[in-house]
Amino acid sequence: MRWFALPLALALVFLVLPVLAIFLDRPPGELLDALREPGALDALWLSLQTSVTALAIIVVVGTPAAYLLATRRFRGRALVITLIELPLVLPPAVAGIALLAAVGPSGILGGAIEDAGVRLTFETAGVVVALTFVASPYYLRQAQAAFGALDPSWLEASRTLGASPARTFARVAVPTATPGLMTGGALAFGRALGEFGATLMFAGSLAGITQTAPLAIYERFATDFEAALALSAVLVAVSAAILLSVKFVEGSALARG
Amino acid sequence: MRWLALVLVLALAAVVVGCGADDEEQPAAQEDRPELIVSAAASLSDALTACSKQFEDATVRLSFAGSDELAAQIRQGVKPDVYAAANTRLPQELAQEGLLGAPVEFATNELVIAVGGDGTAVERVEDMAEPGIDLVIGAESVPVGAYTREVLGRLPDALEEQILANVRSEEPDVKGVVGKITQGAADAGFVYLTDVTEGLTGVELPPELRPSVAYGAGVVEGSEQPELAQQYLDGLTEGPCADALREEGFGPPPAG
Repeated sequence: MRWFALPLALALVFLVLPVLAIFLDRPPGELLDALREPGALDALWLSLQTSVTALAIIVVVGTPAAYLLATRRFRGRALVITLIELPLVLPPAVAGIALLAAVGPSGILGGAIEDAGVRLTFETAGVVVALTFVASPYYLRQAQAAFGALDPSWLEASRTLGASPARTFARVAVPTATPGLMTGGALAFGRALGEFGATLMFAGSLAGITQTAPLAIYERFATDFEAALALSAVLVAVSAAILLSVKFVEGSALARG
Repeated sequence: MRWLALVLVLALAAVVVGCGADDEEQPAAQEDRPELIVSAAASLSDALTACSKQFEDATVRLSFAGSDELAAQIRQGVKPDVYAAANTRLPQELAQEGLLGAPVEFATNELVIAVGGDGTAVERVEDMAEPGIDLVIGAESVPVGAYTREVLGRLPDALEEQILANVRSEEPDVKGVVGKITQGAADAGFVYLTDVTEGLTGVELPPELRPSVAYGAGVVEGSEQPELAQQYLDGLTEGPCADALREEGFGPPPAG
């Protein structure tokens, strides 16, 4: 097994060094100062708001959808699964173009959306749409796997004891699948937080309205590298926290189960 | 562990074959077609893409982005051979920092209002202040955004504020502005005359508002092929690239 150590060491250095460099390029004091710039905090706050909103939409719609996909066999199920997983592998710029073509002002649904008095481009709502589009497959996939791993006899027992499908879903399926659902939520949240291309192309970039942290990093890259580093450092910290919480949830679920 | 030995042998073979291939190909490629990397402002993309294929002594690889981002890359140690910006300030700054050879002005352009749709939403600057008009402009750090703010700064304060209040997005380069207008997301924005393509209507600015838009370029210090880079740079003022620039609507550099 000694021969495997070298590739592992290489992979580790390659993956960790750039992330560490964000924190080591400038002294920590300077990074903290750069964060005090009001625009930087606005961008982080907007990122947090839009990612939480997107996650809420994803969980509310995605949980029952994933439950159905996991527990029922129907014609075209494999196709449905493939279709909803597609955004997972779609390049962000393609996602941006696709959203413009579908729900942009001259997109196929653009007229209907405008008639309804809703505006997406250049609005925070548009950011939420972009985040939801790119992040939801992460949750759907994970939730479907979590529901699929449930022992069918439990759901059967719940039903034979007279519980309605909705009650079975709410009282048996969701509580048992919670660790998997939380993992999916964390992954989707992480993806939403990092979204860049689709947001820029579909929603635009305006401080306080559509300029999320990744967009603010891009804008500062040219003029204020320090602020770009500081914002990046915060995103690294948040992403690491998400990852750790996923590991923790998975770990405690394993310990229990 | 037999499969592991097999994998190792295969990997080794791949490395050996790879090196062999490199040995054969690289010197030939270097002798015949060296690669010249040109970082250029997004607004130059059509003109330079067309003419760079005719550059005889090297394969030209073009990298287009906002001039400010390309300058930031050079400051971070990314070394293209030639840097061409949509202003003269960034090349001068880089030259002062010792990162770029003496910059030359090679073209001029004009800032205009680009209007989408049937082109009637905005017919003069004042129309941009109307309520309900959606504007996109370049971010302040990118030349097109700086010129835009120069124009707005020459307007009466109230008008400038009303126009800025209609701005819905600050794009990282001029192509972002053009894209948002052609997609119908925005009604109008400030772009270069050369970016007014099909589907857009260009509205000229009155002479007293017009900023002077000059393009500067230079050979990046530390370029491994400074002669070739210089040759490309010279070609921007005379030769196929100069012709292509005129064809796309860029003005000739100021004499002298």
